[in-house]
Amino acid sequence: MHIVDGALAPSVIVAASAVSVGGLALGLKRLDAETLPRAGLLSAAFFVASLVQVPIGPSSVHLVLGGLAGLMLGWAAFPALAVALALQAVFFGFGGLTVLGVNTLTIAMPAVLVGLACRAGVRSGSAVLVPLSGAVAGGLSVALTTILVGAALAASGDAFIPAAKLVFLAHVPVMIAEALVTAAAVTLLAKVKPDAFGLPAGTTAGTEGLRHA
Amino acid sequence: MPTTRPGQPAIRSFADGPDTGPRRLDPRARVLAAVAFAVAVVALNGLPALVASVGVAFGLAVWARLPLRETAKRVAAMDGFILLTLVMLPFTTPPAAGTEPLFTLWGLPASREGLEHAVRIALKANAVILALLALVGTMRETVLGHALGRLGVPAKLVTLFLMTVRYIEVLHAEYGRLRWAMKARGFRPRTDLHTLKSLGHLVGMLLVRSLERSERVLAAMKCRGYTGRLPLLDTLRAGPADWAFGTAAAIACVLLVAADRLA
Repeated sequence: MHIVDGALAPSVIVAASAVSVGGLALGLKRLDAETLPRAGLLSAAFFVASLVQVPIGPSSVHLVLGGLAGLMLGWAAFPALAVALALQAVFFGFGGLTVLGVNTLTIAMPAVLVGLACRAGVRSGSAVLVPLSGAVAGGLSVALTTILVGAALAASGDAFIPAAKLVFLAHVPVMIAEALVTAAAVTLLAKVKPDAFGLPAGTTAGTEGLRHA
Repeated sequence: MPTTRPGQPAIRSFADGPDTGPRRLDPRARVLAAVAFAVAVVALNGLPALVASVGVAFGLAVWARLPLRETAKRVAAMDGFILLTLVMLPFTTPPAAGTEPLFTLWGLPASREGLEHAVRIALKANAVILALLALVGTMRETVLGHALGRLGVPAKLVTLFLMTVRYIEVLHAEYGRLRWAMKARGFRPRTDLHTLKSLGHLVGMLLVRSLERSERVLAAMKCRGYTGRLPLLDTLRAGPADWAFGTAAAIACVLLVAADRLA
């Protein structure tokens, strides 16, 4: 779900980039000396996970796992996913440069919102609610991303609307795959590492706590 | 996404090429030039200026001596994303009032305006990606992080960036080991629930190991006096060649836009 350079109207790029900067600022505010390594390692892990190919019939798709990133990182998923997208643009040629803010917004905003909404469910410890919340987070984040991508295209020209609708339909299998993969991953994490969802609390002291440690 | 095999790095940067062309220039100048070029290209309207900008980007790629096959693969991957959208554009754009459709395919009229729009997007996207690969894709990930820090990107974001690129290869190797173990137990990806569940557990396990590693990393870093940011030790100094390159890049961008507006 990458938009490339040259497709969007300048007003759409400016507006989306401005919102992205806001999201980045909010996310960076949540990060301090204690939580930065955790966010960095998870950002790297999500980058690696996005290399995993899921076969769908004769074709295959790659995982995005935005919903899982939102569950584990909250607002810090915004900068973490922005870093991953910047690396993909520069070293893989995916997406583009002027649309980096747009691509960050379309992937990170659903990830954060869905992650925050479903976090209580994955922390509940219930055998039904944990995988269900994971599935909703995984599937819904992809759905919202395709809707945002479609909206960005539609706002840039009516001629894009049929393509945007087709992109949404083409991503229905991806939504199902993401939902099931996220459900399985969340179930395992809830059992093995229950504190995985959300950054550890009580670290707001920042580097102060570190200096006295 | 590029498929990766065990033992292959996850990020295959073009930094290892011959130490000529853009690789010898100040990374800050290259980042700024790539951004300026991208903004200029996106602002272009006319086809002649767009073709010229693809020519400039191609020239940069040759100057950087990018490997042909790998570069073509990456550019083609990007084109794959937009193919569907571009192919649909001529059929979804109504022709200008009073003009005939350009051609008709299976009863669907295609407009000249839509085709031109699609061609413009394709030229812009390819020009920007090619220039980005040539100027920024030819530096090490850590060098890019330091350059961004020196260009005023917030310290926390730079630290996050540097930690991410530091551990991508480590975790990619971890992923490779988990994947080998699954293969040894007879796992073959198919289109079924079992595959999705297994891949979910694989991702979950990768994240568990990442979290546990992050705790060890934090402890080790605290030991060494970490207080929340990584110092940028490299001393970047722009020399005459860097200034010359920066000036030439600025002039080229202004010329492209001016020629486009005057045409």
